[in-house]
Amino acid sequence: MEIWHFITQNWRELITLFGEHAYIVGIAIIIAIFTGVPIGIWISFNKKAAEIVLYIAGIIMTVPSIALFGIMIPVLSIFGHGIGSVPAVVALVLYAQLPIIRNTYAAIKNVNPNIIDAGVGMGMTRSQVLLKVQLPMALSIIFAGVRVAVVMSIGIGAIAAYIGAGGLGHYIFMGINQTYDAMIKVGAISVAIMAIGVDYIFGLIENRLVSKGLRLS
Amino acid sequence: MITFERVSKIYPGTNIPAIDNVRFEVPEGEICVIIGPSGCGKTTLMRMINRLIPITSGVISIKGQNVSEMDVIKLRRSIGYAIQQIGLFPHMTVYDNIATVPRLLKWDKQRIAARVDELLSLVGLEPDIFRFRYPRELSGGQAQRIGVVRALATDPPVMLMDEPFGAIDPINREVLQDEFLRIQEKVKKTIIFVTHDIHEAIKMGDKIALLETGRLVQYDTPEGLLVNPKNRFVKDFVGADRALKRLDLLKVKDAMMQNPVHCHMEDDAEVVSQHMLENELTFLLVADQNEKLHGYVNHYELKGHHGKVKDLVRPMTITVKPEQNLKDALSKMLSYDIGIVVVVDDDGKLLGVLNTRTLLSVVGETYDERGGVWGKITSRGRI
Amino acid sequence: MIDVKPASSGSDRIWMWIAIGTAFAGGAFVQRMGFFDFVQKNPGEIWKLLLEHIQLVGISSAISISIGVPMGILLTRGFMRRYRDWVLNFLGICQTVPSLAVIAISMTYIGIGPKTAIFALVIYGLMPIIRNAVAGLAGVDQVILDAGRGMGMNSRQLLFRVELPNAMYIILTGIRTSTVINVGTAAMSFLVGGGGLGDLIFTGIAMVDPAYMLAGAIPTACLAVFMNWGFGKIEKWIVSPGLVYD
Repeated sequence: MEIWHFITQNWRELITLFGEHAYIVGIAIIIAIFTGVPIGIWISFNKKAAEIVLYIAGIIMTVPSIALFGIMIPVLSIFGHGIGSVPAVVALVLYAQLPIIRNTYAAIKNVNPNIIDAGVGMGMTRSQVLLKVQLPMALSIIFAGVRVAVVMSIGIGAIAAYIGAGGLGHYIFMGINQTYDAMIKVGAISVAIMAIGVDYIFGLIENRLVSKGLRLS
Repeated sequence: MITFERVSKIYPGTNIPAIDNVRFEVPEGEICVIIGPSGCGKTTLMRMINRLIPITSGVISIKGQNVSEMDVIKLRRSIGYAIQQIGLFPHMTVYDNIATVPRLLKWDKQRIAARVDELLSLVGLEPDIFRFRYPRELSGGQAQRIGVVRALATDPPVMLMDEPFGAIDPINREVLQDEFLRIQEKVKKTIIFVTHDIHEAIKMGDKIALLETGRLVQYDTPEGLLVNPKNRFVKDFVGADRALKRLDLLKVKDAMMQNPVHCHMEDDAEVVSQHMLENELTFLLVADQNEKLHGYVNHYELKGHHGKVKDLVRPMTITVKPEQNLKDALSKMLSYDIGIVVVVDDDGKLLGVLNTRTLLSVVGETYDERGGVWGKITSRGRI
Repeated sequence: MIDVKPASSGSDRIWMWIAIGTAFAGGAFVQRMGFFDFVQKNPGEIWKLLLEHIQLVGISSAISISIGVPMGILLTRGFMRRYRDWVLNFLGICQTVPSLAVIAISMTYIGIGPKTAIFALVIYGLMPIIRNAVAGLAGVDQVILDAGRGMGMNSRQLLFRVELPNAMYIILTGIRTSTVINVGTAAMSFLVGGGGLGDLIFTGIAMVDPAYMLAGAIPTACLAVFMNWGFGKIEKWIVSPGLVYD
């Protein structure tokens, strides 16, 4: 009841925070896709680089998010962006790398060599094989990586409110500070709903992305 | 030893019995092959023996003891179990895999170690090399051997084998089958052996139980199944070439002509030549005083020669052993393009001859006295 | 013998220099932020918070494991098997709920203190453990279960001698994931009065004191990386070499 009351009172702010949250996560994911997918493709041709890149991305993943945010602040304050959405976005981009790179790498590696052979045999160039054969077949797996990255970013994005990035986490931290239970619950539940909802929607898209020929009947 | 009395299986939720009123008895020390088209219930029938599938009605008993009244765990531990997919435990070494049931039965360590080594040697796998390998480090044939040997670990009197050689290539399968038959000669287990391969059934089985949609159609020796198929289904199942399949079953010694006409090394060439002329023989086998085969002589060469037969004897290119089956003998004859093979024992002693005609007489019902280019061969012994 | 592939050893050297360079730059950076000075002046406090942190992680992970693995086993036994997919889906959804949300909601019900922190950490840590335990046990090849049963193993022997050893890698991966995430989530227990290295991080950020913040962030990061490495070693040690995983 308390929660309902809070929402009716603050629905405008809630929508703004929701928008901020989506914005941070959205920007971070777009950057992460434009960096992670090419890196994933690149390392699928270079075994040594693959080992190193996946290892580094794995380490970044294990670094606790609040610690990474903490580390981002002094690093980015050199460029004058210590607080706010920039360190948040940078940290989210770093986190999102592992699932995206790993899935891209695995998906491209998993394309049956015979199919690639067939493509080359038909006179495709290496880049045509990549664009017309490997990537379309790998698409749904890459997207699955993006899905994991997005859901994870929504959760970590909530923590970013503490370094002034805004978003739904704002309610959680402010609620904790003021011991205002309704505010905490609204913040926490809306983040949870956002994560679950996005996961569900992306799940639907992921299924549609599987080429009809590859779908299991 | 193992008796099935009016055994039926109806899976819950179905009306049609998967096994319908099956009754037969497997004598001790024999291999009983259960065979039939896929879905006939052969695996179901086998799995009811160690109660991996519960029996709906009827009684299966081992040595007069109803399996349904036995403790299920004890029952299973007393029966060797080998399956097509082998089912070696991937997290265990070969040693641990074979030691599984002995350990369940709380054997002491030394006894287990000795048993594992013994079993590995039995299937020709060097214990020092294979003992601590993991299943993933084995070839298909090696894994199958371990699978069979694991089932033999506690020397159970009864073994259930569900297509135990099914997962490997035909050549290795033959090798394993021969190996297994050799082992069975020694261990004399009572074995229920499920397969869908009629060749395997004929080769391995002392008895064959042919199932069709859960019903036992014919239970007979392989010979009986081939010679007297009970109905159209059996005839079709054993195949149009069932006559040829009999070649698998029969040994050379069953079909050969014993004590074939021959001469000795020390015989006088002119006498022998004269004899060959009279009997229209182009070639003649040559043995020594101990009846050891040395080869043959050709009448054209012998004609007009003054001296002993041994001056002109030519070595025999191929021979067969009495224990080989007729299929092997036929395939030798075909690949060397000759109409006759000589049967000798391990010491090279001349036992008999086998020619295409005698082969035909076994397979079909025709028999011709004449023996091809060799002329008429009789069982007259030494000339 | 060593230099059989000069090209790759050349690229190895480049990577090595990059690593050394990065480490050096990082060291110089944290030095400039006053990290080392701070550590030298307050070793006692950092040590105390680190121990608190380890305690939080240790207690909550121990509880998560001792609840999660048996739950996973139960969910693959008998009649529960029918609900397996349903449970896995449900846990998958639960896992998408952010850790901060779990901690915050726990606080509104239990209040402030280490108990709340541990409760939230246990709940959040349970999901990967149960999920992997169920997935691991369900993934054990039916054929070897049949072989075990046919050889006369009872269900206990089958579980301990066949199922668990074969599922162990996946179960341990779940425990590893859970524990490593736990190290990071435990940093947030400061918010609900649970103590630990989060104290330094949050306070450092609030006071805009990089040295203070780094004194919390760097040990937390190291602890997580160390845990991950340690569990990797334990996996190699526990999981049978007969099983291979990429």
